[in-house]
Amino acid sequence: MNLAAVPLDSTRGFLSPSGVEIVFVLVGLGVLGAALLTVTTKQLVHAALWLVVALGGLAIEYLLLTAEFIAWVQVLIYVGAVVVLVLFGLMLTRAPIGASPDADSGNRWVALGVALAAAATLVTLVVDAFRSTWIDLGTVAGSTKANGVTLFRYWVLPFEALSVLLLAALVGAIVLSRREKKEP
Amino acid sequence: MTTTLDALVRCIAVLLVFLVFPLVIGQTEHKVMAHMQGRLGPMYAGGFHGWAQLVADGVKFAQKEDVVPAGADRKIFQLAPAVALLPYLLALVAIPLGPGDLLGQSLDAGLFFVLAVMGVGVLGSLMAGWASANKFSLLGGIRTAAQLMAYELPMLLAAASVAMAAGTVSLTGILGAFHWWWVPWQIVGGFVFFVSGLAELQRPPFDMPVADSEIIFGAYTEYTGLRFALFLLSEYAGILVVSALTAVLFLGGWHGPMADGLGWLWMLLKTFALAFLVIWIRVTYPRLREDQLMRFAWTVLIPLSLAQLALTGIVKVVIS
Repeated sequence: MNLAAVPLDSTRGFLSPSGVEIVFVLVGLGVLGAALLTVTTKQLVHAALWLVVALGGLAIEYLLLTAEFIAWVQVLIYVGAVVVLVLFGLMLTRAPIGASPDADSGNRWVALGVALAAAATLVTLVVDAFRSTWIDLGTVAGSTKANGVTLFRYWVLPFEALSVLLLAALVGAIVLSRREKKEP
Repeated sequence: MTTTLDALVRCIAVLLVFLVFPLVIGQTEHKVMAHMQGRLGPMYAGGFHGWAQLVADGVKFAQKEDVVPAGADRKIFQLAPAVALLPYLLALVAIPLGPGDLLGQSLDAGLFFVLAVMGVGVLGSLMAGWASANKFSLLGGIRTAAQLMAYELPMLLAAASVAMAAGTVSLTGILGAFHWWWVPWQIVGGFVFFVSGLAELQRPPFDMPVADSEIIFGAYTEYTGLRFALFLLSEYAGILVVSALTAVLFLGGWHGPMADGLGWLWMLLKTFALAFLVIWIRVTYPRLREDQLMRFAWTVLIPLSLAQLALTGIVKVVIS
């Protein structure tokens, strides 16, 4: 990885945050709130729309870290395509205005446990991996060119493996959804 | 201080373009449609050939009562027009009008930015369709979503072809790398992009989601007054954005004779020629049926855009 990361020096610290860091934390809190509302709201369509807020907030976080390309891809794929797909599915099947009391599957505590475990794992991992590195926000580290070079020079094998996986999923979806013609 | 002032001037300029040009396109549509159908169109408002008709319409819309249906989801119902309109304002920021610095803000991934925010605009139609508590509106919203998902793919593939040709996804970079022979080279991609853009805007012949003879006015059935006017404005702002983007990607934007001084004029001429084409198509073609719409996207546009992508790749490898 060619992240513009520099080792921790004495001029940086958690107690004197810069403006970008303050905004980063505030947006992060907003994303967390929207995510909580996504899973706790009683109205199905509201959950999907809060998901838009959470995913859009994540795009802002990417922008603050100068990863412009990733931010727009986040908006394009997640907000523009995945949530539209979710809303489409909801509207086709069941999307009453007002609360959906039957939307609660009763797995609330199990889900909470899984979510907390996943969050703990990820936080531990990220803190351990990037403990003493700071991204220098003065130089743009996440430009389209930098992403392309990193992806196709260092990570091309995982990239291709992922594309094969997605292709397999696509073919599988077509096979599953295809109806055989019944002989009369 | 100058950078702040500079940014402020740019924001105001983009806002002015956003407020004026869609109205110009709307007025042109009134007049062009009328003359193509052997009518005169608006003739009285403002005196000269009804030039102030849309201003008068705006005043009329502002006076109307803002009704929210009793069964509707109030907040989402009221939020939907803003979600439909604002993305086009944001998209305009990144579209270059002339050579050099004549644009709102040069973005490193400008092409992705414009396409991404345009995709968000459709959420407004979906929210409107669902929150209206009306079967026709819901049908309109579902049709909007289905149409968007079918036409987003060829649009992205056609745009990717230009990005491949230029070797960059920055709109200014694409224009900087433009040569005249790109027009014939990318012509198929241009066709795919423009047609998908029409479909994304729900313009005829792709206006299934607002088909008035079937589902009244689709997702916008329950809207009145200013909020309805905002949806109409977003449609015309969308025509502006799609025309400008097609001009930038496939027709060379500000390139033309004496581009250094008159670049903005070429860009405007190309944009408005495409907007005229949008209006012309509306008057000419009947509405597609839902199944024809889907078949056209999946069996015509996507293969065409993939072929264009392959052609771009081959030519790019040969000439480099």
